[in-house]
Amino acid sequence: MRKYTKEHEWIDVAGDEATIGITSFAQNALGDVVYVELPAAGKQLNAKQEAAVVESVKAASDVYAPVAGTVTATNEKLSADPSLVNRAAEGEGWFFKLKLANLSDLDGLMDEDSYKAHVGELG
Amino acid sequence: MSMNTQGRPTAPDLKVANVNDLPETVLGHKGLVFEEKLLFEQSSPGTCGVDLPLAPMVKSRLHVLKARESIGLPELAEPQVIRHYTRLSQKNYAIDTGLYPLGSCTMKHNPRLNEKMTRLAGLADLHPLQPASTTQGALQLIHELADWLMKLTGMPAVAMSPAAGAHGEYCGMLAIKAAIADKGEAKTRTKVIVPESAHGTNPATAASLGFTVVPVKAEADGRVRAEAVKAVLGPDVAAIMLTNPNTCGLFERDIIDIAMAVRAAGAYFYCDGANFNAIVGRVRPADLGVDCMHINLHKTFSTPHGGGGPGAGPVVLSERLAPYAPVPFVVKTGETLRLIEQTTEKEAAKSIGRLKGFHGQMGMFIRALTYCLSHGADGLWQASGDAVLNANYIASQLKTIMSQPYAGYCMHEALFDDTFLKDTGVTTLDFAKAMIDEGYHPMTMYFPLVVHGAFLIEPTESESKQAIDDFIKVMISLAKRARAGEADHFAAAPRFTPRARLDETRAARQPVLRWQASTLSKSGG
Amino acid sequence: MRYLPHSDADRASMLATIGAAEVDSLFADVPDSAHLKGPIEGLPRMQSEIEVERHMSALASRNTGTSAAVSFLGGGAYRHHVPAAVDHLIQRGEFLTSYTPYQPEISQGTLQMLFEFQTMVSMLTGMEVANASMYDGSTAAAEAMSMACRVTGRNKSIISGGVHGHYRDILATQAKWTTQEVLLAPVDAQDTEDLTALIDANTACVMVQNPSSFGHLRDLSKLAEACQAKGALLVVIVTEVVSLGLLASPGSMGADIVVAEGQSLGNPLGFGGPYVGLFATREKYMRQMPGRLCGETVDANGKRGFVLTLSTREQHIRREKATSNICTNAGLCALAFTIHLSLLGEQGLKKLALLNHAKAVQTAEKLEAAGLRVINTGFFNEFTVDLGKPAAALVDKLAEKKILAGVPASRLYPEAKEVENLLIIAATELTTDADIYQLAEVLK
Repeated sequence: MRKYTKEHEWIDVAGDEATIGITSFAQNALGDVVYVELPAAGKQLNAKQEAAVVESVKAASDVYAPVAGTVTATNEKLSADPSLVNRAAEGEGWFFKLKLANLSDLDGLMDEDSYKAHVGELG
Repeated sequence: MSMNTQGRPTAPDLKVANVNDLPETVLGHKGLVFEEKLLFEQSSPGTCGVDLPLAPMVKSRLHVLKARESIGLPELAEPQVIRHYTRLSQKNYAIDTGLYPLGSCTMKHNPRLNEKMTRLAGLADLHPLQPASTTQGALQLIHELADWLMKLTGMPAVAMSPAAGAHGEYCGMLAIKAAIADKGEAKTRTKVIVPESAHGTNPATAASLGFTVVPVKAEADGRVRAEAVKAVLGPDVAAIMLTNPNTCGLFERDIIDIAMAVRAAGAYFYCDGANFNAIVGRVRPADLGVDCMHINLHKTFSTPHGGGGPGAGPVVLSERLAPYAPVPFVVKTGETLRLIEQTTEKEAAKSIGRLKGFHGQMGMFIRALTYCLSHGADGLWQASGDAVLNANYIASQLKTIMSQPYAGYCMHEALFDDTFLKDTGVTTLDFAKAMIDEGYHPMTMYFPLVVHGAFLIEPTESESKQAIDDFIKVMISLAKRARAGEADHFAAAPRFTPRARLDETRAARQPVLRWQASTLSKSGG
Repeated sequence: MRYLPHSDADRASMLATIGAAEVDSLFADVPDSAHLKGPIEGLPRMQSEIEVERHMSALASRNTGTSAAVSFLGGGAYRHHVPAAVDHLIQRGEFLTSYTPYQPEISQGTLQMLFEFQTMVSMLTGMEVANASMYDGSTAAAEAMSMACRVTGRNKSIISGGVHGHYRDILATQAKWTTQEVLLAPVDAQDTEDLTALIDANTACVMVQNPSSFGHLRDLSKLAEACQAKGALLVVIVTEVVSLGLLASPGSMGADIVVAEGQSLGNPLGFGGPYVGLFATREKYMRQMPGRLCGETVDANGKRGFVLTLSTREQHIRREKATSNICTNAGLCALAFTIHLSLLGEQGLKKLALLNHAKAVQTAEKLEAAGLRVINTGFFNEFTVDLGKPAAALVDKLAEKKILAGVPASRLYPEAKEVENLLIIAATELTTDADIYQLAEVLK
């Protein structure tokens, strides 16, 4: 099931592994993504810790880990083709995978409807 | 994620931008606008632009090293080199060619007397490591400029060696760090308060010295309140970094209260002097309670920007920070001047150490002193007055058609936001590019970050009334066209430049930072 | 005031438009206690060009410039001939009075020049990429140390005893006030140091200067291998860029970062600044570099053009997470460097380097014939002699005769008593036979 954060990350959970990326709304607001800096595999992250950096020409934004866990994989395609984030933010443009430390971390996150409402408020 | 964006396009929209409908020419030149290849593409091997005497025959004493490999430098004679760089120069906008309203950059006239003075024999050919007995005039020159800077700021000391504003910030914050360490508070005072409107160098400098940046918000009138600062002050705060006049072009009304609160809390007040041009000769930062302020000689004191430097960033220091000034500095005993170059000398016992090779940006000191002497205290008074007059004159006529986030008089720069462009389909960036077609360098835009789609206009004192009236006429006309729905006009701009909008996205996604015989560089224009 | 275009009538009319009574009332936000009512006392009043020029000329005349003396001064700043075309071109207002090229459509001149500069710096240093300049060589070295820490995630740097004294002082200052650490190897006047044993798993970089501050030349390949084996970076400092016309490039010897002082090409001595710092590295570290970068792209019509790029590394976007706080750099000095190098070209630079070396060899031979001892095995255009007595006192005395005999090692390394008798002597293409004769006469 897909969950969202207020900070525009999405997270898909399957068992104790999660895939994380940024939302389509976020990629649109950032403009052309030119570079993505990904965490090293094996890195342990706390919830809300800076995990990756996504850069457009004029801005660099930190991507936070929505939940705590250990990085198991990163999307190497983004290094060669960062525009994938613009084309498929919520699919092929995923950032990294985490082995969850604590399944209950997911409870505080938004579902699709609440995220849509949240984005709506941002105008 | 942290959303740090103002969402402007960084790749040109090919559908609307390709309107350069001038006919193509054989070589791409358009009258006086020349296409110019890279130097590497004009090489004619075997030529040289410098004739040197023959090297005397000697036995080489290079010994151990292997030989230099091929370098790859192009080979041209002097006429080709002069034509190349002359043509390149013609693709630049410059103060010499037009009004340059870049807010917080102070693009004022660069007097040519300054240039002439740096080239005097005895200054241009002076080696930094000569014995002091042969450089007394140079040391006196540094001493005199230091005296001007101290008197203009009311401060008792100045560190001359920092190379530019950011380097000056680093110097000033180091002095603060040293003073705190001296009091045994290095471990506890770890935070630096920085308003959200600050220039990016402020938080970058604080962070590079291991401080944690604590942001503080401005109120609805664009100014920081003493109460807001007091709320975050505490025994863990080392300093506040405040720009005054601030980056919204406003004088911080609470500045004395802020300074007193900062001092009472045992912290230090770093003032970013980037906007000193508004108040130079009229307000002395010492009277505001400042501990430390860098001065951009390349802004306030007319040394040329040179396409991005060199600058110089001397830092004035209060009594309590003076002992920590970096080496080297000039000491005058009677009529004799000395350079204190080492922290082992008694005058520098508490010095933070050395920040730069040799003695600072001497060439900039010469220009700045020439500027000070030319103006005198009365001329500087007039200059800051005119700078503020010009900005307010612009603000008074544009505020009805553009949108002003903060009412009231501004200092030396007028700030607008993009509210007046709402629903026009025109962005601040588009507006700026249309200004280029009208013959103007755009103002600073999208800065300060606290204002949406900011236009920050700093005319400086160098512009005549006629020049400013022309500028206002253009701005009003563009604002009207934007509001009249002529979005295409803006999207297609600039049309009359050597290049149309450039694809910055491509530059960042596939960085090409040098010419190589085999890259796309070879294809030419 | 000749730089202020308003007449009193202009000011009055503008004030009327604003609705303010006088200019001073625009300063209403300034607290009364700090609001001066007239020009600051105790400072001169405005002066004509004639008066200012007289004052500045009087100051200049109290100095003995190198062109009015016999000079063998080096030590990180070198007296070279700058072709007349260089100074002419850098004074063109379109270069001199333009800002940082943030608006690329009307800054292609500066941008293309920076692209050429970056390319030339890459070629000279033998590296893959270079930035658009730093303040000078010394601050570039400090930036290199920070970058090595970022790249390796380590914090200790080993600084060779052959590095310029001022550079070592700057690195020590930086380490003192940040989490970085430096290990300053003992001053290495005799070229005996071997740093390989000091490199360990905490070493971010080893920083060496070539030619060294005493003029020694080194093949750094072995040191580069030793660094690589321990995951440390090799940073090479060059304070005399003309040497790169004759010596194997740092890149060819395995350097990871090269920083250099570019003053020797295009820029006058000017009592120490402004100069131009060169900074080059491997492509894989591109995003860890400090400072501005110019990159190639195309415009909306598909034509080649240039822009500042990868600026997300910089302070104005990354703020507290930037790779450096540097903003203004050394644009005009970089232009002078680029034009001088364009005029020289491949063969010109090689000839200039050869001429410098030959003049230094002549000087060394003459001094040796006069009974002095040159301590270097190999050198480029700068070498060290052991005078057998304190050098500084002698240098001061000779200055009275307008002979600037060299840099006493004690000026750069006052804490190292063992270098007190050493004099560092540099020759360039401007050194004449008469200069060499005079130096030998006064030193023998």
